[in-house]
Amino acid sequence: MKELTFETLIAVFEEIFGRGLFWIMVLAALVVTGAYLYVLIRDRSMSMRKFLWAQVSMPFGAIAAVVFVQAMTNSHFRDIGGPIDVIVLLGVAAMGAIGAAILVYTAQSLFRSKAA
Amino acid sequence: MSLNNLATSRRAFLGLGAAGLAAASLGAPSAAAPIATKARIVIIGAGAAGTALVNRLVQRLEGAQITIVDARAEHLYQPGLSLVAAGLKPASYTVSQTTDWLPAGITLIAEHAAAIDPVAKSVATTGGQNLPYDFLIVAPGLVLDHDAIPGFSLDMVGQNGIGALYAGPAYAAKTWEAAQSFTEQGGIGLFTRPATEMKCAGAPLKHTFLIEDIASRGGAKGKYEIHYAAPQAALFSVPIVAEKVRMLFGERGISTHMQHKLLSIDPGQKRATFEKTEVDATTKAETKSTVEMPYDYLHVIPPQRAPEVIRQSGLSWADKWTDQGWVEVDQKTLRHLRYPDIFALGDVAGVPKGKTAASVKWMVPVVEDHLIAAIQGREGSATYDGYTSCPLITRVGRAMLVEFDYNNNLVPSFPGMIAPLEELWISWLMKEVALKATYNAMLRGKA
Repeated sequence: MKELTFETLIAVFEEIFGRGLFWIMVLAALVVTGAYLYVLIRDRSMSMRKFLWAQVSMPFGAIAAVVFVQAMTNSHFRDIGGPIDVIVLLGVAAMGAIGAAILVYTAQSLFRSKAA
Repeated sequence: MSLNNLATSRRAFLGLGAAGLAAASLGAPSAAAPIATKARIVIIGAGAAGTALVNRLVQRLEGAQITIVDARAEHLYQPGLSLVAAGLKPASYTVSQTTDWLPAGITLIAEHAAAIDPVAKSVATTGGQNLPYDFLIVAPGLVLDHDAIPGFSLDMVGQNGIGALYAGPAYAAKTWEAAQSFTEQGGIGLFTRPATEMKCAGAPLKHTFLIEDIASRGGAKGKYEIHYAAPQAALFSVPIVAEKVRMLFGERGISTHMQHKLLSIDPGQKRATFEKTEVDATTKAETKSTVEMPYDYLHVIPPQRAPEVIRQSGLSWADKWTDQGWVEVDQKTLRHLRYPDIFALGDVAGVPKGKTAASVKWMVPVVEDHLIAAIQGREGSATYDGYTSCPLITRVGRAMLVEFDYNNNLVPSFPGMIAPLEELWISWLMKEVALKATYNAMLRGKA
């Protein structure tokens, strides 16, 4: 690749997931992140009890993200061919894990705000 | 637990946000002022090269009269044809409209070029228009000479085990119909390559690898054999890549028949006839013989040549590729060696490598530089080094990101990260998902 601009990157992701699905996912990510920031500011602290449940959800998020990417790209675990592939796979899993944790934490804060 | 009250504050978030904005603004490109000119620029061909160039020129020039000549309403994303012919994408994946990509402020003439007069500096179209030019860009692509193979015709594709993925999206989809039944029932798969220069010289290998991979996991498992027959002496023009492919073919049990040129086919008997060339090791004398090979699935790639209008116009090399007619250009600047107002781009350019979309991406800025320099009355400085890239798919889910130049050097874009001769998932991801997006960005003049 000669130049990798932000615009190219957006176009790449639109191509990967389809324009509609990509922007729905971006929107969902923004909504969840916004809600997460909202509860953090509202509560003025992180609740470790909620964070524990968020941590429990992380492996599931990681697996879901990997399965999703493989399904979208006609790929399988057998296609892992070198270190860079393992790094990409772990990156996808890490993003899924963090996404799931934020989602679960936010959901708990919004819907069971008195609990912790 | 002591961590129970991790403080968060508005100020911390604002700080983070400000840092993010600062980082984002670093990447903003600066635009040069457009150059005022009255130059008449004619571009023959609205394929990958013509479209990418015209989109860049309209950003650089003001007042130029730019005309693009192409009769075809559909724009084809040709790198996707290999995926279509392996059942991984629908034919529609490769098709868009020519007009989707063209900028405002230029003229599209939806006709073919009928004649070029490089001395009088004009192009005549099939509709009878005459287009005088100051600068001409020749980028009409190439033609597939299917008639050169007796016994074969395009209406056979998809039936009786015949495939021809180069012929276009519909034929690529039909190719998969024929290949799919081979991957389910097995038999003999016979994959060929023409003796001429060809676009994407990796595609014959990709198709072979993909169909073998799918067959090895499908109903044909254990019931098929694969043969690869090519007129060349090596599997790929870049020796280090040829050796790697030879090793992979060995591992996968794919038999190779080098110096076998497809002459004709007998679709009724399912036999293909090849001209086999043998070179004596000491005298270098060539002996030719004909060989018949049976098939249950045959992939045909016909000889490829410059369009007739190019060959008739006197723009071709007189002493090279005389049966093919590629345009006589300087291989570093892509400027015509006899007519400095003419440049060639893409498949039609008479250079040793570069008949791929990735090459076009590297060629277009070079021609842009020299063209704009010529308009300003100076010499351009950009050079094309033969960069060609080929995400050489070896399995569904794996590819090798092979990039090379005129000197057969490997020129990896991500050295130390993505090894060029390793079969990697990330290289597959690039081919399957990132390539079309990058291609589209190139068409818009943005990559």
